[in-house]
Amino acid sequence: MDKIVISNNIRKLRFHANEMTQQELADKTGVTRQTIVAIENGKYFPSLELAFRIAHIFQTPLESVFSFDFQNEQNKKTP
Amino acid sequence: MDNKEKQILVTIITLILIFGGYAFYVYQKYIEPDFTIVNNFQFWGKAFLILIPVTIVSQIIIHIVFAIITKIVTNEDLPTKTDERDKLIELKSIRISHWIFTAGFLLSMVTLVLNMQPYVMFITLIASGFISGIVSEIVKLYYYRKGF
Repeated sequence: MDKIVISNNIRKLRFHANEMTQQELADKTGVTRQTIVAIENGKYFPSLELAFRIAHIFQTPLESVFSFDFQNEQNKKTP
Repeated sequence: MDNKEKQILVTIITLILIFGGYAFYVYQKYIEPDFTIVNNFQFWGKAFLILIPVTIVSQIIIHIVFAIITKIVTNEDLPTKTDERDKLIELKSIRISHWIFTAGFLLSMVTLVLNMQPYVMFITLIASGFISGIVSEIVKLYYYRKGF
């Protein structure tokens, strides 16, 4: 089965929201700043609830915040 | 390294120090003068029961001291809030530590089947509890640093 690669635009969205800090976003979504850092760096994929909360903060649809792509196992092996 | 990771490191170090110190104390005070005490079940019962509050109280005191030092040095409060990522990491670490403790428990039963002395079973039990506690913290540290 192909692997799903999830990416996000949170850094860009924060910039367009008057350079909102990670701490501000964390406070508004009810998580720690470390969790926001982990999400931005692709080290943690949030729950659906948190993903919707983040999208709601930026007043944008979920697919504008998170996007996904199928990573073909064959493509992954070839450089 | 953020404060959460530092807290975990402090927990690992204190667990090793407390357990090591307690084991050394019990050995010096009770086992060395009279080795036959290791076959006394009451001795092991007391050793287990005293270890638990000693560990909890020591951990609390050390974490309070750590919080005060962190506040003085960095002027930052230690994180008290836990969110979904913290809970998930906690669950993953508990699952792994339970498997290790279960393996240790089974190993302690094997020592009985092999007709070893009962104290080998008790030492295996205490060691598996200690190792599972340490591994639990290491797993947390791994997930906080590497992500999942």
